[in-house]
Parts: sequence; structure tokens; C-alpha cells
Amino acid sequence: MSEYRLPPDENIDIAKIMEDLEHYRPRRRGWTWREPAPDLHMGPFTYHDCSKPLKDGVPLPPAHNFENADPQPMPVITTEIASGRFEDDIRRMRMAAHHGADHIMVIRTSGQSHFDGLIEGTPQGIGGVPISRKQVRAQRKALDLIEDEVGRPINYHSYVSGVAGPDIAVMFAEEGVNGCHQDPQYNVIYRNINMVRSFVDACESKRLIAWAGMAQIDGAHNANATARDAWKVMPELMVQHAINALFSFEAGVPKGNICLSTVPPTATPGPCVYMDLPYAVALRRLFAGYRMRAQMNTKYIESSTREATVTHVLNMLISKLTSADIQSTITPDEGRNVPWHIYNIEACDTAKQTLVGLDGLMEMVELKSKGYLEEKARELTERAVLFLEEMLEQGGYFAAVESGMFVDSGLFPERNGDGIARNTDGGVGAGTVIKREPDYMAPVTAHYGCNNVAQYGGDPADPAALIGGCTLEKPEKIVYIDELDEEDNVYLRMETVQEFAQPHAKKIRPEMEWLADGTVLLTLCFPSERKIAEAAAVECARRMGLKEIAVISREVLHRAEGTRIELKGKVDFSIDVDSLTVPEEPDVMSDEELRGAVQDRPLRIVCGTIGEDEHSVGLREIIDIKHGGIEKYGIEVHYLGTSVPPEKLVGAAIELNADAMLASVIISHDDIHYKNIARIDRIAREMGVRDKLIFVAGGTQVENEQAKKAGADAGFGRGTHGNQVATFLVEERERRESKL
Amino acid sequence: MQRREDDFSERRAHLQKLSDEELKARFWSLTQQLVDPLLEMGKENTTPAIERSVLLRMGFSSLEAKAIVNGCMERGVLGHGAGNVVYRYAKQNGLEIREAGLELLVPEHLDEAAALFGGAK
Repeated sequence: MSEYRLPPDENIDIAKIMEDLEHYRPRRRGWTWREPAPDLHMGPFTYHDCSKPLKDGVPLPPAHNFENADPQPMPVITTEIASGRFEDDIRRMRMAAHHGADHIMVIRTSGQSHFDGLIEGTPQGIGGVPISRKQVRAQRKALDLIEDEVGRPINYHSYVSGVAGPDIAVMFAEEGVNGCHQDPQYNVIYRNINMVRSFVDACESKRLIAWAGMAQIDGAHNANATARDAWKVMPELMVQHAINALFSFEAGVPKGNICLSTVPPTATPGPCVYMDLPYAVALRRLFAGYRMRAQMNTKYIESSTREATVTHVLNMLISKLTSADIQSTITPDEGRNVPWHIYNIEACDTAKQTLVGLDGLMEMVELKSKGYLEEKARELTERAVLFLEEMLEQGGYFAAVESGMFVDSGLFPERNGDGIARNTDGGVGAGTVIKREPDYMAPVTAHYGCNNVAQYGGDPADPAALIGGCTLEKPEKIVYIDELDEEDNVYLRMETVQEFAQPHAKKIRPEMEWLADGTVLLTLCFPSERKIAEAAAVECARRMGLKEIAVISREVLHRAEGTRIELKGKVDFSIDVDSLTVPEEPDVMSDEELRGAVQDRPLRIVCGTIGEDEHSVGLREIIDIKHGGIEKYGIEVHYLGTSVPPEKLVGAAIELNADAMLASVIISHDDIHYKNIARIDRIAREMGVRDKLIFVAGGTQVENEQAKKAGADAGFGRGTHGNQVATFLVEERERRESKL
Repeated sequence: MQRREDDFSERRAHLQKLSDEELKARFWSLTQQLVDPLLEMGKENTTPAIERSVLLRMGFSSLEAKAIVNGCMERGVLGHGAGNVVYRYAKQNGLEIREAGLELLVPEHLDEAAALFGGAK
């Protein structure tokens, strides 16, 4: 086994992950739920329904105000990652895990459903990754290291569907995959795989899923994404969930591992919570004992990432008001490209932020037990029962599918005649279902139906003993295939970007999905109607030297006055890391040194927010003792308030015989902040006190070099702390004195 | 399906009187009736994918499993189970399971194995 461990501040070394995969064995099997942490104290707060915190992670942006608290909500959080190159996805998995994802779902390459057997090696995928043993092994191995780093088990997940379902289920059971999608109805309706084949295969797959302790997610959410009017398929969704849930349970999967993939069907501008909540309530009542995997709405996702994010937040309100065991996340850019790194992270943060923000909600509110909510939930259940009745009248599942009952856009029993119909004898894999002979035998563990080993003296309860154990007991029997395709594999791909390979790459290039892909995203706003704005944006990108330019989002600000454009393009240059001038970290004296320096020689300052501006928060952070500001070092602070005219600041400094002036300049429109800095400098010069007074400016848009150019001695921007300002004051005083 | 107006209010007449619990029980009993025959079908039948999955578990690679299963299909003996074909051939010839399976990659040996089940020779 490899000795490689992840250094916390270093990139993961993909080449090391690829080493010795042949001998890798997964450290555990089965799904892991989060551990509850009742009355969790983090930072200044107590949380009511959060889970055990991470050992290492990236908290939400405002966390620095709250002692870097990073509470983790109770539901498992999913992120879907599959750029087509599994090696690049590994790096994204690490980022996602640090942002709170503990369910990594790998989407399969387009067309894998119809591949009759296992794919081997590491060919590149389209819209997903070809799921092969090598690829699964490499990712599971990387996740072992990542979960040690974050201190929480990470569930790894992909799909057991298509015509090779049982093959894949065996491979997943062997390789320690923790969760999967498995729903024969998905094969039938969306992949046109023969119905009988799908259900017979599914029996075997589900036995394997049960053996491996995997969590299983159904495919019902696809009806929601496919139907013309998604909100009208609610009764059918309940039926689809029920068929797969009961079928799985009867095949041996425990209810606690059977997850319904449920989506709030509607989106804004529809009154979505009003429509989605009764459905969510009805579903959770009917399926008590099963698990809820709350998926987010994809049906109505457009190219605005802001809009998609709000939809997803509303979806999570439904989760919170009802329940969710797994909270899925959909990347907000799914409506415009194969998701990028940054959007996986945004989606994870959106889930964490929303669920933590709603912490403890249900201690304060409850759903009404009378009125519309109850009536609508009951109505939906009745409609679902009527759907089941008609299926049986038609002659069962196959007959019902043949008649086109599924994915019809009418709210059952209304029918629009636009359902997806499949023929029992048709579809991919038709005619491949073979009747088992009386002496049929399968000497392996986790086989569905009679294994019949008794005919050879075997023990039906331990059929694999007949052959000395199968791969599930004896993983050393697994035959590992490394690569089959000499022209399409991970080694060749990694070679082409060798100079960018981390850690310690000498060259670097912007990246959205693949190492050194060069992709950049630009946001532009033009004062014009949409078509001109779009053409202008493309021309702009061309002149900026971008290649492969494509507009990926356009939003009308006004028909004529403005259009917002987002476009992507590629840069083909690379940056030499050693050639970069990396600004030094702010030089900060220790608290003791600062206190000592001020005690020896007191420092007096005057300060205020300059101009017509009532903001005081930033300045208070810098000065107030309770915010860790400069007062705590003994600096004498005279705060003049907000909207202070520059003359008054300088005047007060003279009157109080201060050592320094601190000006907070927040408003930056038309560079007014730098203009005000220049004014203070000029007034101080005119009054002949500039040499005596240290002048420091600060504000969210203030940049040191520019502030100095405008006339200040130093400028401090967003994220500055009191100790940095105090250090500057003490050191600047010394510098000035040494010049005398 | 034929287009149909929403006749929910008439169609639901028989459900109206059921309590929520009774309605839920009906939902699950109807589902049971739908899935039972599907589960039964799984016991009575097999497929190339199931048989490949058996061979994978018996210690064959995906490529070997596919070749053996396709060979069994062509010879009409898959209904006995691909694992059974390999097992019986191994016993017949005093071979280890893996050795036997690898021999079956040669068509002539697979013919012999099929003959053990009365299949095409």
C-alpha cells in the first residue's frame, strides 16, 4: 500500500495516486451518514441540528467575524463531479470536501448505458467519465486521503444502470463504492433498454448493492426533468418511487439504504413552495422508513447562476420544512456548460449556508395540519393510488409502460397522450433474457434467486465456498486491467500538461475543469440591446486575445439601455510561476511588541469616515478594543464620527497634537476615495503639518500603492486587521525619526 | 395513452371514504401487486450481464467474462449459468476454476463444456 499522505498546504499529487493501483484495496464498504452533534458550540453560537464538525475545511466567507465557525448541517451533502477527465476531478473532489461535501457523485460518460460490459482503462469521457475499475479505484484511493484530511468519511457514488448493471454492481461492491443510482425504470424510460432485461438485471444488481451496504438512489427525478409540465407528474413520481423502493426492499436492500430521489418539481416564477410543499409532505408520509435524497430542480435551470442559486435555496427550504437525509446540490452553471470547479464549490457552499442559516427552524414553526397543505397532500396521494389502479387494470408494469402511461404531461388521471411508450419486446438488449434451467447454478455471494450449489454438495447459504470463496470474500481474486487503449488514457493526457502538473508546477494557467485548460469567464455590461451587446462582447474578447470564445449567458437589464453578457474563452499562454511578483504578507508586530512600543512612547491618533458617508463599521473594526482594534495596544484614539470634512480631520489632528490621522474612505464611485485622500494631504501640507502627521487611509476599495500615490503614507483595503495598522503606525514613526 | 380530461373527482369516489392510513395501505398493496411478478421474473431468468457478473465474482476479468458468456449464449447453454459451465468443466478436467475458465476462451474447449449440458458441440 502507498505511503503517500496529503500535505495540507500542497496540491494533491495525481501521479502518486496512480502508483500501484493494482494493489489498492478499499478500506471499508457501505454508506456513512453524518454524526449528529446536538447543542454544538462553535464560535459565539449554539447550533441545534448540525453534525460533527470537520477537522479541516473552508468556512463560509463571513466566518472570520465568528471565530471561523464552520458548522456542518445534518444532511449528507452531494456534489456531482465529472468533467470527462477523472484525474482532474480528483482535485475538485478535494476542494468540494473542504467545502462540506461528503457524497461525491460521479456522472458517467454519455453512452455508457448501452455499453454491454465493463469499460476498462481511463479513456476520456463526454459529459461524464467512463466508469472503469481503474478510474473508480484511483478516485476511491484519493478520497481515502481526503477524508483523513477533513476528518469525515466521504461517500463515493456512481451509476448501476444500463445493460451492464450487474457487472458494474460487482465492480462497485469490490471497489468499496458507497452509493449508487439503481432504478430499472430509468433504463426503460430514458435509455430505451429492454424492460424485461432491465428488471431481471436489477434483481442481481440490488442483491449486490445490499451486500455492499451501498445507499441506493432511484431515478424518479428524471421524470421531473423530462415531462413538459414538470409539476403535473407528481402522482407518477410517487408511483415510480414506490415501484423501485418496494422492488429493492424485496430484493434485499434495507429500507434505511433506499433513497428516493425527490425534486421539488416547480420553480419560480411559479409559486413553487406553494406547489412543492404538499408534494414533499405527501411523499414523506407515504415513504416513512425510506430515505429522502433531496435533489434540486434542474428542469427550469437557465443560464443565470444567480437565478439557479435562488431556486436551489427555495428547494432547500422545502428540505428543511420536511426532511432530507441527503441534500443534493446542482451546480448553478449546469444550464450553460459542463460544470466547472468554481460552481461545484458554490453549490456546496449554497447548501451549507442555507441549511446552517435555517438551523433550528423547526423548533419554532410547524406545518399546518388542516387546510390547503393537508388537502393537497391527500389529493396527490389519491391521484397516485388511481395511477397504480390503472396500471394493474392495464395488466401490470410492462403493459402500463407499453400504453404510454409514464412521463405524460397530464396531471393524472388527466392524460395528454404524450407519454413515453416502450415495447416489451423492444429496446436495447431485447431477446437476451434467458430462462434459467432447472440445474442453473451460480457459485457466488450476493446472487439473486436460487444459487443451486446444493447439486454439487455446496451450501446454499454460502455458495461461494464451493469455489473457495469469490472476489467478495477474496479480493485477491479480482483481475485488474490497467489500460486497453494506447491512444486514449490518463498517462497520455497527463503528459500533454506535464509542465503544469502539481505540486510545485513551474508554469500555471487559468483553469475551469481540466489542468491548464486556459478557460476564463468574463462578465461584461453594454449599454445596448442584446444582439449588439453579444456581438460587442465577442469582439471585446477577441481583442483581449481570447480563443474559442462563446457567450454563455445574456440577461436583459433593459431592452435598450443595457445587457449583461457572460462569456467564456481560452488563453493559450502560460505564466512562469517564478517570474511572478507575489506581494509579501503584511508585516505584523506581535501584540506584546506593539503594547511595549506604545507604552514606551504614547501614540495619539484622530480618525473618522471622510466625506458624505455614514459608514462606520470598517473603521470601528480597526480602532475599537472590542473588535481587536488598535485601542488595545494603548493607542489613544479620538474618533470624530462619520461624514467628517477633510478640513476637520486635519484641524482636529493639530488641535489634539496627534501623531497620526486615520481616514476611512468607503465610497469609491468616480474615484472619490482617492480624491479625498489627496485633499487631506493637500490641506495638511497647506497648514504645514504634513511632515509631523502620519496619514493612513482605509476602505474596502483602497489599494496601498494608489493610496500612497494620492498622498497617504499607507492605504489598507478589505480584510485589514487592527494589528496591521498599529504595526504601520509604530514602524512609520520609527522610520521618520531615523531620518531626522 | 388517449387524451383524457381530468376525471379525478369521479374516479376518486371509492377512495374518498378511506382514512389516510387506509389510503397509504392501499398504495402499498397495489405496489406490491405490481412488483411481485417482476421479482418472480428475476428468479426465473438470467441475462448475459448477470452471468458476466457471476464470472467476475469467480475471478475472471471483464474481457474473459464477456468472451465466456457470449460463447455460452451462442451454444445455448447460458440458461445453466456461465458459472455452472466453468465449474462443471473444471471438475470434469480436474482443473482449478480460473484455469478452466481460461481454457474456455478457446472455442473448442467451450464446445466440450457445452456438451456437458447437452449443448451444441
